[in-house]
Amino acid sequence: MAAATTPSQKIAGGSFLLETRQPCEVFTPEDFNEQHQMILQTADEFAAQEILPNADKIEHKDFSVSRELIRKAAELGLSSVDIPEAYGGMEMDKVTSCIVADRVAVYAGFATSWGAHTGIGTLPLVFFGTEAQKQQYLPRIANGELTTAYALSESSSGSDAMNCRARAELSADGRHWILNGEKMWITNGGFADLFTVFAKVDGEQFSAFLVERSFPGFSTGAEEHKLGIRGSSTTPVILNDCKVPKENLLGEIGKGHVIAFNILNIGRYKLGAACVGGARIATKQAIEYAKQRKAFGKPISDFGLIREKLANMAIGIYAGESIVYRTVGMLDAALSNIDKSAPDAARQICKGIEEYAVECSILKVWGSEMIDYVADEMVQIFGGYGFVEEYPAERAYRDARINRIFEGTNEINRLIITGFLLKRAMSGQLPLLPAIKKLMDEVMAGPSFGDADESAFAAERSMVTAAKKLTLFAAGSASQKYMQAMPDQQELMGAIADMVIESYAMESCLLRAEKLAASKTDAAAKLPVAMTQVYLAEAMEKVESRARKVIAAVAEGDMMRTQMAILRRLGKHEPIDTIPLRQMIAQRVIEVGKYGV
Amino acid sequence: MKILVCMKQVPQKDAPLKLNEAGTWIREEVSYEVNEPDAYALEEALRQKEKHTGEVVVITSGPARSQQVLREALAKGADRAIHLEDDAFVGLDAFNTAKAFAAAIKDEQFDLIFTGLQSDDYGFAQTGVILAELLGWAHATIIMQIEKTEAGIRVKRELEAGYFQYVDMPTPAVLTIQSGINKLRYATLIGIKNAKNKPMRKVAMAEVASAIGPNLQKIERLYVPQKSKQTQLLEGSPGEIAKKLVDKLRNELRAI
Repeated sequence: MAAATTPSQKIAGGSFLLETRQPCEVFTPEDFNEQHQMILQTADEFAAQEILPNADKIEHKDFSVSRELIRKAAELGLSSVDIPEAYGGMEMDKVTSCIVADRVAVYAGFATSWGAHTGIGTLPLVFFGTEAQKQQYLPRIANGELTTAYALSESSSGSDAMNCRARAELSADGRHWILNGEKMWITNGGFADLFTVFAKVDGEQFSAFLVERSFPGFSTGAEEHKLGIRGSSTTPVILNDCKVPKENLLGEIGKGHVIAFNILNIGRYKLGAACVGGARIATKQAIEYAKQRKAFGKPISDFGLIREKLANMAIGIYAGESIVYRTVGMLDAALSNIDKSAPDAARQICKGIEEYAVECSILKVWGSEMIDYVADEMVQIFGGYGFVEEYPAERAYRDARINRIFEGTNEINRLIITGFLLKRAMSGQLPLLPAIKKLMDEVMAGPSFGDADESAFAAERSMVTAAKKLTLFAAGSASQKYMQAMPDQQELMGAIADMVIESYAMESCLLRAEKLAASKTDAAAKLPVAMTQVYLAEAMEKVESRARKVIAAVAEGDMMRTQMAILRRLGKHEPIDTIPLRQMIAQRVIEVGKYGV
Repeated sequence: MKILVCMKQVPQKDAPLKLNEAGTWIREEVSYEVNEPDAYALEEALRQKEKHTGEVVVITSGPARSQQVLREALAKGADRAIHLEDDAFVGLDAFNTAKAFAAAIKDEQFDLIFTGLQSDDYGFAQTGVILAELLGWAHATIIMQIEKTEAGIRVKRELEAGYFQYVDMPTPAVLTIQSGINKLRYATLIGIKNAKNKPMRKVAMAEVASAIGPNLQKIERLYVPQKSKQTQLLEGSPGEIAKKLVDKLRNELRAI
């Protein structure tokens, strides 16, 4: 289905750092087909007519409303996009799945329940369930009768989930698993019917189980009092000699980590999409407020510093869309060749997604930090009204914060980004080392004076290339010094991750702008081009500062000075005046009253 | 019952509109959506079909982009679609549009034709009525309710000041449907999936060109209303001022 619009060539995960892509090779929101657009519209209408009018009730923890909304969404098919047709689902592509995650995210309290139910709650069963398990549960999940949850964390194990204390033992008659332990921070804990619970068989082998709320020995604790996403249910799950039928073991004994990690990859790209959706409505509300709030006799949307914020918020959405849909476009291209009826289709899909673990983590980190920024500026634009509960900014600000914590903290995800790339480089899967060597040779050869490229976007393309080179240069220098011990250098790993993230975001913005410029009128492309130019300028500064941090840490004396000189040469670019660009962007978003690409 | 629903693609409600250089229409660089009254007409047709069985066919005229309204209708449950596809259809007045529609459906036998009461862009409210005249059918406007009777249909029309009119009509007939008379359904994902496989008949301009003639209506000039402020000082005793104020609000501004 996606084949018509998604570039069919399979692109290796992480290769963006080494290879130059053409606009036609990336998927963008402008490539949504008619079907995508109609589903987007249905999701938008559902959000506006069903979710937003119920937000206050849900915020006061009336979870019967959340359940009813999930049931209604199931009737429309929105909640079963990732469930195979054979089990009553819609079985659509990942672009559709992200469109829905993005558009449902108008209210974070519900979006969290939604994400847990349609994503991490249901997908372990979709990918790792036996035929009998899928027959037993999936049709009832697809039609909204059952809601689901995912129980991995414990009070003393979060990022190190494998370290869990929950245990499972086979009963004397061999017919049941007896589960004991306590899970914490379980989204949908208060109302879900089916939980994917992780526990160690005999205290050693990390495994997953399908546990129904009605099983004897299963209970949930009191609702947590949270900083944000108060409209979602978060409780402990208590397993007290909980009797789970033997056939409810999910996957293999001792292979729970395969489930946990694969599901988190999916959770991450979907979370990236949801962050974009959250930022979209926050920006819309901020624009509306700025237009009607007057100070010194004119609307505050006339003032430069407010306009700068509105422009930045819109740029965040543009860049977020660009990385999210580029990534899921790649996922769909990679998954399109899998025979969905093959017995190991689900495993192949997981493997296909794991290929893009770096990109999934980028979406999670970048998206969560973007929405945090947007929500923060939203409060600022609302001023005093941003600080009180009667206005939407206060809740948006609190709700945004969790995104940097769940689905793997941003710190863990930064380590994954750099760690995964280094691991692939070491194993030769990704020719990172030859690329670094080539770059070093280029550096040693001194500056070249080729013909200046005067084509459209030449300056922007050279900036993206420079960002990638700086990233490779810093990663090369750091790994030369620390070799195998690199993973222990968390600060360096984090700085390199930032450079990787920004390189991906910069290139995604640029490729989308180029694609738009080629297909639309100049007037229509003006806005995305300006957004790209501003984003590139800002991101480049970040890349340069991280490169300096890394070089200063790994080299000293003359070596350090030489490397800094190289760094300056690699990162050389003409500064651009971003003020008129932001003014133009702000003017446009104020005119249309929302993010306007 | 076999029902045809005439639908139109119009600029999105919140789209910022800019006049074209000639000042005769807006610039095309906007997003489009289904004309709202037409969405209610479609909903009513689908409900009639659910009640009495039959077929719902949707028709529109316009460039390739306008196919979107037909796909949306198919996703919501219409059985097939007819697309008069050509950029030139955009410039037709209501008379010619109705003629083009009449020509495109000359081999079909519908019991009812629904249109939205009017379009959100031009707002002529003429196409449906003219179409009835061309076909020689009965018609009624501003319809709020339709019931099938033995002899035909009984419709409820909205009149002014809260009055309604009930009319017994023969079929075939053309009805223009009022907005808000029912609750619009969502296009479900399964409906969207199935819409791809439903028949869509394309009608080229050449096929209907002989039916249409020069436009009878022309927009001379379009302009954005100027905002202006006027201050009037009302004088007299407080009672007199209040009286004058009420008189102005009621009779001049018609605000109360």
